[in-house]
Amino acid sequence: MSAWETVIGLEIHAQLATRSKIFSGSPTAYGAPPNTQADLVDLGYPGVLPVLNAAAVRMAVKLGLAINARIAPLSVFARKNYFYPDLPKGYQISQYELPIVADGALEIVLEDGAVKRIGITRAHLEEDAGKSLHEGLPGMSGIDLNRAGTPLVEIVSEPDMRSAKEAVAYLKKMHTLVQYLEICDGNMQEGSFRCDANVSVRPAGTQKLGTRAEIKNLNSFRFVERAINFEVARQIELLESGRPVVQETRLYDPDKGETRSMRSKEEANDYRYFPDPDLLPLKVDAALIESVRATLPELPDQKAARLATQYGLSAYDAGVLTASRELAAYYEEVVHAAPADPKLAANWVMGELAAALNKEGLEVGSGRMPAARLAELLGRVQDGTISGKIAKEVFELMWSQGSSADEVIESKGLRQITDSAAITRAIEEVMAKNPAQLAEYRAGKDKLFGFFVGQVMKATGGKANPAQLNELLRSKLRG
Amino acid sequence: MSALHVRTLTQLADGLRRKSFSSVELVGELLARIEKSQPQLNAFISVTGAAALETARAADRALATGSGGALAGVPIAHKDIFCTAGVRTTCGSRMLDNFVSPYDATVVAKLKRAGAVVLGKTNMDEFAMGSSNENSFYGPVRNPWNPQLVPGGSSGGSAAAVAARLVAGATGTDTGGSIRQPAALCGITGMKPTYGRVSRYGMVAFASSLDQGGTLTASAADAALMLREMAGFDPRDSTSVDTPVPDYVAALEQPVAGLKVGLLAEFFDKGLDADNERCVREALRVFESLGARVTQVSLPNLPLSVPVYYVVAPAECSSNLARYDGVRYGHRCEDPRDLNDLYRRSRGEGFGAEVKRRIMTGTYVLSAGYYDAYYLKAQRVRALINADFIRAFESVDVLIGPTTPTPAFPLGAKTSDPITMYLNDIYTIGANLAGLPAISVPCGFVQGLPVGLQIVGPHFSEARVLAAAHAFQRATDWHTRVPVGYA
Repeated sequence: MSAWETVIGLEIHAQLATRSKIFSGSPTAYGAPPNTQADLVDLGYPGVLPVLNAAAVRMAVKLGLAINARIAPLSVFARKNYFYPDLPKGYQISQYELPIVADGALEIVLEDGAVKRIGITRAHLEEDAGKSLHEGLPGMSGIDLNRAGTPLVEIVSEPDMRSAKEAVAYLKKMHTLVQYLEICDGNMQEGSFRCDANVSVRPAGTQKLGTRAEIKNLNSFRFVERAINFEVARQIELLESGRPVVQETRLYDPDKGETRSMRSKEEANDYRYFPDPDLLPLKVDAALIESVRATLPELPDQKAARLATQYGLSAYDAGVLTASRELAAYYEEVVHAAPADPKLAANWVMGELAAALNKEGLEVGSGRMPAARLAELLGRVQDGTISGKIAKEVFELMWSQGSSADEVIESKGLRQITDSAAITRAIEEVMAKNPAQLAEYRAGKDKLFGFFVGQVMKATGGKANPAQLNELLRSKLRG
Repeated sequence: MSALHVRTLTQLADGLRRKSFSSVELVGELLARIEKSQPQLNAFISVTGAAALETARAADRALATGSGGALAGVPIAHKDIFCTAGVRTTCGSRMLDNFVSPYDATVVAKLKRAGAVVLGKTNMDEFAMGSSNENSFYGPVRNPWNPQLVPGGSSGGSAAAVAARLVAGATGTDTGGSIRQPAALCGITGMKPTYGRVSRYGMVAFASSLDQGGTLTASAADAALMLREMAGFDPRDSTSVDTPVPDYVAALEQPVAGLKVGLLAEFFDKGLDADNERCVREALRVFESLGARVTQVSLPNLPLSVPVYYVVAPAECSSNLARYDGVRYGHRCEDPRDLNDLYRRSRGEGFGAEVKRRIMTGTYVLSAGYYDAYYLKAQRVRALINADFIRAFESVDVLIGPTTPTPAFPLGAKTSDPITMYLNDIYTIGANLAGLPAISVPCGFVQGLPVGLQIVGPHFSEARVLAAAHAFQRATDWHTRVPVGYA
């Protein structure tokens, strides 16, 4: 038991999947040439004014409903004032004192299977800034304002997590949720989903929070885990050597695997927040909330619980299968199309299919292995046409050739041999070829049974029905 | 045809429609007057003569076929705070000396659609901060009644241009009195509508919760005509209000008989010049003679207007003006060493002293540790002032008082003392804090200088305010007086 307890809170920034920006009509698509998706509002021209995107509001409400939060009937946009070249107006429009969403929670499953509730203090709407570019511009900085004004929802958790693993579990859960809700594409590489981690340590058993460091802009699950673990070790080392932890903002360097100081509390900006006079307080009435509620999909936890009871899956399997809405939909499609056992289908989807997709970096929705095809294959296992072992071979050929299970089975002649006479013939041939082993077996060396199974399987090209083979072989060997 | 310039906006619109004269003829005459006046008054920052003549020709063609909007062929000028596509929009600042707007403000586009011909952009206090028009990068505007005196501000160029009959109507903006105060000092009619009545889109922001576009004209009837074309909901301005615009012109003839007029007790304080007071009280007798019932009304929190304003307006301005950083447009210093140097010198060189003073004041009142004591408290007092007005309008239809404490003052008289300068707006700021429509009309002269009467109404009562001012102007001729040399 460590003498120190880790305390972590996360601030997640999820880019909302609206077509246009939060306060202008510019498109939000990623990857356009610099400054081609910024209109006069995004550029902060004299005289322009922001107009709130209603779709962004609906998405924030959707998130609020999904985390059982309070939706504020009245929330206020404020200006966060600071100078930076990629911040065209000299302020960021964000919600400060009165956010649209407050007091929610998300449950995570710990390693020991226990369920833990992570409180969500608030979630608020804000606009993203642009980007500064330095590559290929010696002695100068470039500014790309395509991202300026992109809608974000910032989700602030309570300091409820006690390890990097818990933080990652929570982050993954939220990542899954926002994609289920179709309010964020979840693309971490493009920065659509990223987080800041507030990390502190305190003597185990004490209540008072330690001084925290904020690690900025973590954009992969792996980085979150590594950065937190590094930071925890750094803080413990400081405290154990009698030095204080300084409240500061730190950056994670993925190449070196360490965090380093960006600015201290003393150097922090005074953002001079005040309500943005260009925007009226945002009113969300019951009618809007109900119309959004009507669009809520089955949420990950609900879906996992249903899959577990409906198909007799373990909680773990149900959790894995519902990690993405697409995967769960695929699984259910397989189950509904096949007469196959849902458990068998789960094993295949989580096993062979996941591995194949993973190997090629494909998503389940890529169409490479339509659910109907996988269902057909499992049907052939179920009806005894092929064995489970042969099915893996068939799957690989289906995957590489894009053909159906029956096509592969027929063209490769993989249909299982269930003709007792044919299997008996093969057994007799093997026995004839291996008199020494036969003698040893009959002398009591039972272990050689496996040898005979293998030889017969080899002789039949692996197609002999395993159950029949076992039965026939046992009786033949007895003599 | 001569002396078209003395006609009102309404008369010009009628004359053009009846083809008594052409827009080209009219525009030509006014352009010549502007050119001649410029060394004396400096009312314009940009004159767009060629474009104006081209628009005038198009208007004449439209008028010939009986088409064209309500202001077809009528010349106007825009305060240089309104963005005009392809034309320099300086806001009276070195910061925007090189700024050519790529778009038209909503007000500009609406007046264009109504057929108005823009002669140019008028001079103003830098970023609309000032009460004397001495804060312009392009030099002060002078008062047509006496060139030694200020025209008021910040819409001083628009006020002087209309007073000198260089143009019959001009746009202005009013954040704390910037339309009404110069209108009073120049002897013309200045109308500030309800906050949200006129779109702020394309109007360079000073203090967003107070800024409102309006008109400077020779009469209330002209204000009604111009405002009718400018007003209306704009989906691009979230603070503009989606209620129909009444026909202000048609509503002008509402009778004043029976109108309940409240005399604003707090405005008759020790700061009010005795001669100004005499003119205002004389005006009240005119209203009484027209059948209005005058009662005294007290708004106890109104005297706090100036301190509240000088917290709220600078706070908003400090944030609104942050975008002028030398990065994307506007003034940029030579050879910046680094980012901080770029910011410091571009802003240091681009802004004038008063703008800097307000940015610093605003930054201070929003700072951690001061926000509650200044900004938050000011907003609370603002709510009290608003409540005072709403209570007053339960018993009266309009409130009446002076527009300014004194007539026009000499150039340089108050530049060394910002507080004295700020007190010029003591009677006008209340309407901005409460977002109310208010008009200033000429109500007499003191030693040859015009005095303004202010009429304030409840939210969205522009028609009533304009009708009251119009009735007063039917009964008096102060608004028809033209400064010597400009008749």
